[in-house]
Amino acid sequence: MHFLFKTRYEQDIALFKHGGQRFWYAALAVALLAAPWLLSEYTLSQITFIGIYAIVCLGLMLLAGFTGQVSLGHAGFLAMGAYTEAYLQANGWPFVISLPLAALVAGITGVMIGLPALRVKGLYLSIATLAFGFILEQAVVSTEAITGGNAGMQLGKLVIAGIDFDDGSNFYYLVTFIAVLCVLGVVNLLRSPTGRAFVAIRDSEVSAQSMGINLAHYKTVAFALSAALAGIAGALYAHKIRFITPDQFGFLQSIELLMMVVIGGLGSIQGAIFGPAFWFVVQQLIVTGKDWLPEALGQQTGLQPTIFGIILVAIVLFEPLGLYGRWLKFRTFLEIFPFYRKGMFRRQKSYMKSERMK
Amino acid sequence: MLQLLQLIVSGAAIGCIYALIALGFVLIYKATETVNFAQGDLMMIGGFIGLSAMTVIGLPFALAFIATIAAMALVGMGTERLVLRPLLGQPAFTVVMITIGLGYLARGVVTMIPYWGTETHTLPVPWKDEVIWIGGEGSGLVVSVEHLVIILATVALVALLYVFFRYTRLGIAMQATSQNQLAAFYMGIPVRRVNMLVWGLSAAICGVAGLLLAPITFVHANMGFVGLKAFPAAVVGGFGSIPGALVGGLVIGIVESLAGFYLPEGFKDIAAYVVVLVMLVVKPNGLFGENLTKKV
Repeated sequence: MHFLFKTRYEQDIALFKHGGQRFWYAALAVALLAAPWLLSEYTLSQITFIGIYAIVCLGLMLLAGFTGQVSLGHAGFLAMGAYTEAYLQANGWPFVISLPLAALVAGITGVMIGLPALRVKGLYLSIATLAFGFILEQAVVSTEAITGGNAGMQLGKLVIAGIDFDDGSNFYYLVTFIAVLCVLGVVNLLRSPTGRAFVAIRDSEVSAQSMGINLAHYKTVAFALSAALAGIAGALYAHKIRFITPDQFGFLQSIELLMMVVIGGLGSIQGAIFGPAFWFVVQQLIVTGKDWLPEALGQQTGLQPTIFGIILVAIVLFEPLGLYGRWLKFRTFLEIFPFYRKGMFRRQKSYMKSERMK
Repeated sequence: MLQLLQLIVSGAAIGCIYALIALGFVLIYKATETVNFAQGDLMMIGGFIGLSAMTVIGLPFALAFIATIAAMALVGMGTERLVLRPLLGQPAFTVVMITIGLGYLARGVVTMIPYWGTETHTLPVPWKDEVIWIGGEGSGLVVSVEHLVIILATVALVALLYVFFRYTRLGIAMQATSQNQLAAFYMGIPVRRVNMLVWGLSAAICGVAGLLLAPITFVHANMGFVGLKAFPAAVVGGFGSIPGALVGGLVIGIVESLAGFYLPEGFKDIAAYVVVLVMLVVKPNGLFGENLTKKV
């Protein structure tokens, strides 16, 4: 194992901590660039989906994992982005303008939902977002003139500067590029005072407030950014699916997004990518594994929710840091090979913290 | 006028269901400070257990009713013991996530159980499709027996709960635990066991709600989504207040019923959520909630 001997303060906030990280991330970048040549079209399309979901999860991670605010209506923001993009494209706006606009519209919705957050917190906030998600879904159904209602909305070809981006590998590059930009943006944000304020709010609202952090302001900013990221993902999702209907953005979608984030590992950027990646891989395994299972079990529609439900419950019970936490443990185990002890990552037990002190 | 009354009665009946589920939330929230997002799914399981007891085993309704309550109490206690107790002392978000996961899991598992499956079932209750005329046949108020049973059963159940919390040792112990766990523990109340029993009680109430709702909406795997409307009910009443849960449930039920008739299509389903958002902005503590501030 190598010890990081810090000699400058800048090292504390460096994007890459040491040469090893630089090497592995460069290798990942090369692999991402080479993927269209190595993988089949279907696999590439699945990876594109992972990229899109990684952007939403990144937003949700910022909100749930770093600011500590649970959102049960994130599919609503996804819908805002998707429908803004579809509407603008139908009216002839170029993608380079409509994508930021989709993010903006979703972000503004995020502020609107964040505003009640100035008054309510914790549980009430999750219920507010839950209510918002349902209302938005219904709003999409009701505004038929713009959204096509339950009949859905078809998207046109995505062409930027004369290049056809509906083509599998081009679209893959587009999504990967935007996803990498979003990751870098969030990583940078978390190094800034704003990001530090988010983490402080997550860890203790009372102490954050006493350190001079304006809770209402930062929570609203967190909501806006999170929603904007969901909006970007929504726009890409709309182009990927090419046909959007309100029921794609229902309550279950919100729940599944939250599950992805928790499975990936709350409080880590990597988790926001591990989560959707794991989700899609397992989904694929279930689809392939179905034929091997006995008929009575394999053909059940409930198989997938059951498996994901079990995974989620197991993760929350046994691995609160999610897949990223598991990876951390494994890496530590390798780094200090014979000296890994069982209790190194033990969860600290705390007394029940009551929210209702009088 | 008659029509308005009609809408209010049917709204109140559905409101009673919301109230019962909300009551389940509130009991658990008050006692253990955890929010159970799987409450609606507990109700769904209750509906299925009742269904199996009646159609597969062939019990008469009264016996099936008792069997469901007993089975649901076991389900609730088992959930607390196996899943929630190991998480004691973890942040609230963890518990929220685990109950969401349990609900998701329950919806999946239920569709895989033979006979339960993905189909919609009818619960053969004795009072199916009967109506009563109040104030003259053909001209007065028509009340379906299903609605009447729901309202009466809710009233009876609430009265029973009142007596239980007021006069029995266990009820008083539960009240003490919900007010201050530490003090209750010092007074010799086995807090953990009481919490387990609270979960059992809450699940049993949900089982009753499931049986009452079954004749109206039928029994199916997604029946539990009704439970999501119990959140607005609980918030309107003030989370953590038992009378509040009842009033909140009735308010949501009646508003929904009126919105379905007087407002354009689509408003019925979101009426509850609009009400709760307005409530959160105007009076976040609900009608009966206590004003809580966090102190260090």
